[in-house]
Amino acid sequence: MADDTTVDPVEGQVLDGNAVGGLLATAFGAEMTEVPGECAHCGTVSMVGELRAYVRAPGTVLRCPACSGVVLRVVETPNATLIDVRGAAYLRFERR
Amino acid sequence: MDGLRVGGYRRGVGHRLDTRLVGWRRTLRVMTERFVTRGFVGRPRPDGEGTAGDARSRTPPGQYLTTDFPVLSAGPTPRTPLDRWSFFIEGLVREPMTWTWDEFTALPARDWTVDISCVTKWTKLDMRWRGVSVDTLFEAVELLPTAAFAIASSDGGYTTNLPISDILNGQAFVAWEYDGKPLAPEHGGPARLVVPGRYFWKSAKWVRGIRLLDRDVPGFWEGLGYHNRGDQWLEERYSGD
Ligand SMILES: [Zn+2]
Repeated sequence: MADDTTVDPVEGQVLDGNAVGGLLATAFGAEMTEVPGECAHCGTVSMVGELRAYVRAPGTVLRCPACSGVVLRVVETPNATLIDVRGAAYLRFERR
Repeated sequence: MDGLRVGGYRRGVGHRLDTRLVGWRRTLRVMTERFVTRGFVGRPRPDGEGTAGDARSRTPPGQYLTTDFPVLSAGPTPRTPLDRWSFFIEGLVREPMTWTWDEFTALPARDWTVDISCVTKWTKLDMRWRGVSVDTLFEAVELLPTAAFAIASSDGGYTTNLPISDILNGQAFVAWEYDGKPLAPEHGGPARLVVPGRYFWKSAKWVRGIRLLDRDVPGFWEGLGYHNRGDQWLEERYSGD
């Protein structure tokens, strides 16, 4: 099926976690882009800003750059922000 | 072409239909006898269908009409070769079933012309698909009496949940053609579940099977703030709002 000459319109829409830094800062109440996190699927440690952000969807999905597994999901409803962190083994916040 | 429009449903129509398993031909006859309303059953007509007023009455609350086909995606596009593609029905059935691509696309297919509404607020009218009804798939496995809920799963790990009563009687199909051409990967090809009476996130792209359960298990978006049922005519976008 795969055709190397095919341009996948989805790939052109993918951003990195820095592009959704504002959304994440609001969701977590902290600046997030330089926070390291471990992918629960493959163990790769990436900064949140390095995750691959799929924003053209009902919510925002942040995926591991190594294995494409879902690390974080954020949904904003009219009254709440929901964050799914099951794909992160941990997130590391430095105490300053 | 015997296209049947099922997208313009108003609430309650599906519930009034007999939810027992019946062949779609009989269902179609029952539906056309009992529930013929403009914008519900019938192919688009040159004489008045498609007018501005008709388009307005077919646009659910809070939606805008679009003529393009936006691509929404929560992850990379899977590209499963057809010779490794299969479709399963499992769970609360008398005999689980798996079809290869050739077997699946040899099932009795039909053309469907339906209106689609996405929770991101676009609505597209008269989308033309070709595929097999969920009724036909269920006839092959024979559901157990305890089967009440379905969860569809896709390549890439996506899932969505639906009560069986939302996908019987011609309310849902698995499509492999859109607008006369093979369904493009970015739109969910090789095959996509299509449930026109619900927001489009319920129409799982890259669908590979359906599991039947006696309990409701929230899917990918239903488990994170989106509405469990997602009826666009009731604006069921979010849960708990
Ligand atoms: Zn990973």
